Amino acid sequence: MNRQDKSLLSVRDLQTRFHTLDGIVNAVDGIDFDVYPGETLGLVGESGCGKSVTAFSILQLLRCPPAEIQGTVLFEGKNLLDLDKEAIREIRGSGISMIFQEPMTSLNPVLRIGEQIAEAIRTHKKIGRLESWRLAVEMLKTVQISSPGERSRQYPHKYSGGMRQRAMIAMALSCSPKLILADEPTTALDVTIQAQIMNLMQGLKKETNTAIVLITHDLGVIAEMASRVLVMYAGKIVEEAPIKKLFKDPRHPYTRGLLNSIPVIGRKAETGRRLQEIPGMVPSPLNMPQGCRFYPRCDKALDVCSSKEPPMQWLGENRRVSCWLETEGEQKKFTDKNKMSG
Amino acid sequence: MTDIKNEKDSMPGNRVSDSRFKRSWVKLKRNKAALIGGLLILMYVMIAILAPLIYRGNPSAPNLMKSLETPSIEYFLGTDELGRSIMGRIIYGSRISLLIAVGVVFVGFIIGIPLGLISGYYGGKIDFIIQRITDTLLAFPGFLLALALVAILGVGIKNTVISIGISMVPIYIRLVRGCVLSVREEVYVEAAKAVGTRDTMILIRHILPNVMVPITVQTTLGMGTAILFAAGLGFLGIGVQPPTPEWGAMLGSARSYIFHSPHVATFPGIAIFFSVLSFNLFGDGLRDALDPRFKL
Repeated sequence: MNRQDKSLLSVRDLQTRFHTLDGIVNAVDGIDFDVYPGETLGLVGESGCGKSVTAFSILQLLRCPPAEIQGTVLFEGKNLLDLDKEAIREIRGSGISMIFQEPMTSLNPVLRIGEQIAEAIRTHKKIGRLESWRLAVEMLKTVQISSPGERSRQYPHKYSGGMRQRAMIAMALSCSPKLILADEPTTALDVTIQAQIMNLMQGLKKETNTAIVLITHDLGVIAEMASRVLVMYAGKIVEEAPIKKLFKDPRHPYTRGLLNSIPVIGRKAETGRRLQEIPGMVPSPLNMPQGCRFYPRCDKALDVCSSKEPPMQWLGENRRVSCWLETEGEQKKFTDKNKMSG
Repeated sequence: MTDIKNEKDSMPGNRVSDSRFKRSWVKLKRNKAALIGGLLILMYVMIAILAPLIYRGNPSAPNLMKSLETPSIEYFLGTDELGRSIMGRIIYGSRISLLIAVGVVFVGFIIGIPLGLISGYYGGKIDFIIQRITDTLLAFPGFLLALALVAILGVGIKNTVISIGISMVPIYIRLVRGCVLSVREEVYVEAAKAVGTRDTMILIRHILPNVMVPITVQTTLGMGTAILFAAGLGFLGIGVQPPTPEWGAMLGSARSYIFHSPHVATFPGIAIFFSVLSFNLFGDGLRDALDPRFKL
């Protein structure tokens, strides 16, 4: 419980279901994790594995029904899922803020940029229009928008993609939240702009000691930014590791697959090894395989994988993996089997 | 050069821009019918405002010596059965008609827009209830509904406005709800929620401005309909009451003399015809001009 005491955000057994016409979709299926103050936690996984839904569930931005959120989300000692609408609204922006994937559509086209940021500030602080506008211009300056005074009076269409994302970051930071959920903040941007935004976020994080949950499918971005990584697959966390350990010593076959599928320039010339992909597709959430959800695609699958879900194994502080290969008895069987066949 | 510009304009999130307004204005100016409609509306408005300057005298004061005179130098459009100048009555009647048009749209606005916003944004039970009431109201033809309401409320300008206004409320509810359903899924609404913006603020500041275009078009077209409905009620004698100069009522009382003095009925009819036509032409033009998909 030591982990939970120190943490800023503590998610326990979070389950998010969608009641659809085709049946119940378990988008997030019982995940646990902690976010500590001032750290950057990476959340990686393929499209549709539940990364974004996790973020939306924490802030309860999902329409319920069809969504149904269960579990506990402790933020500064309060369970967000128990709070009423008004209380959760207070937390949004001032406690936990969010940055979205599409900077082109996440600003209102009919409101001036300055007004949108000022409005966010006025939501949480009792200050006048002029004062909030002044703070908004200040925020634009913080996110390195040139001539912020003039820019604040412009509409979003005058902003480039990168600038819009800066404006979004300004809005998210405007009420000095303790935690920012960044949902693929750089996916829609050019690579050069990506680096700028990443640097900006790193810098601001250091200045303000804000924790970031960085949701992405880009391991390169994770390597740059995060200190700890959670790997998600089909609504579950399959591995957690400090960033260096994850790249050096991935334990889950899925993580290994992800790492192998990153192209490295010159690798084939050096090693003669082709880029590896993970065979198959993410299973449909309506038709999850029994046992381990990754086993149909796993090259190291054991008999037990198809029938029983692997337990979560703690391999040290901030290091855990959910795979039968990591449980001692099963690992022995696997090596024995390999020896026999070899 | 133009290609680049078009591409830029069709980008998502680039909806309302200075250039967009300019483009809409250019499109509106190129549409001759809309332009004529707009000028006619302007003319009616000017006549209504400047009525006492254009026609000196009391349009309601009878002068039985001069009843049912044909158009002459003294009476441009002739006189009615009580010897009142038809031109004067039409000029003053434009005030009544425009007042009713604006009033009706106002009633439609203050009831229809909030209900449409709430219905579309919150969904669920409240949406269900509002929509079933709307269904019920829409089941009656608009004019019949206004007629029934007048029967309940009684005659007079105020009740005419309220009755026609309420008969238009369901149209606004449906229109606004439909637009809200698409706008509420926009990322910027989600983003506003994510920084803790209150629902009322989201509705007023983020959603309403983005549904204003269809509302504007509907309002213009609605004004034409309102004038026609008001004239209809006036004609039946259950709208605005004499001696107030109202076009429909004028038409109604002229009915008895239509063979003897056709001009008495003709001129108010023409006034109604052109006012409704102007609003319809302008409304259609506005819809085309404000629709980004419709390119000239």
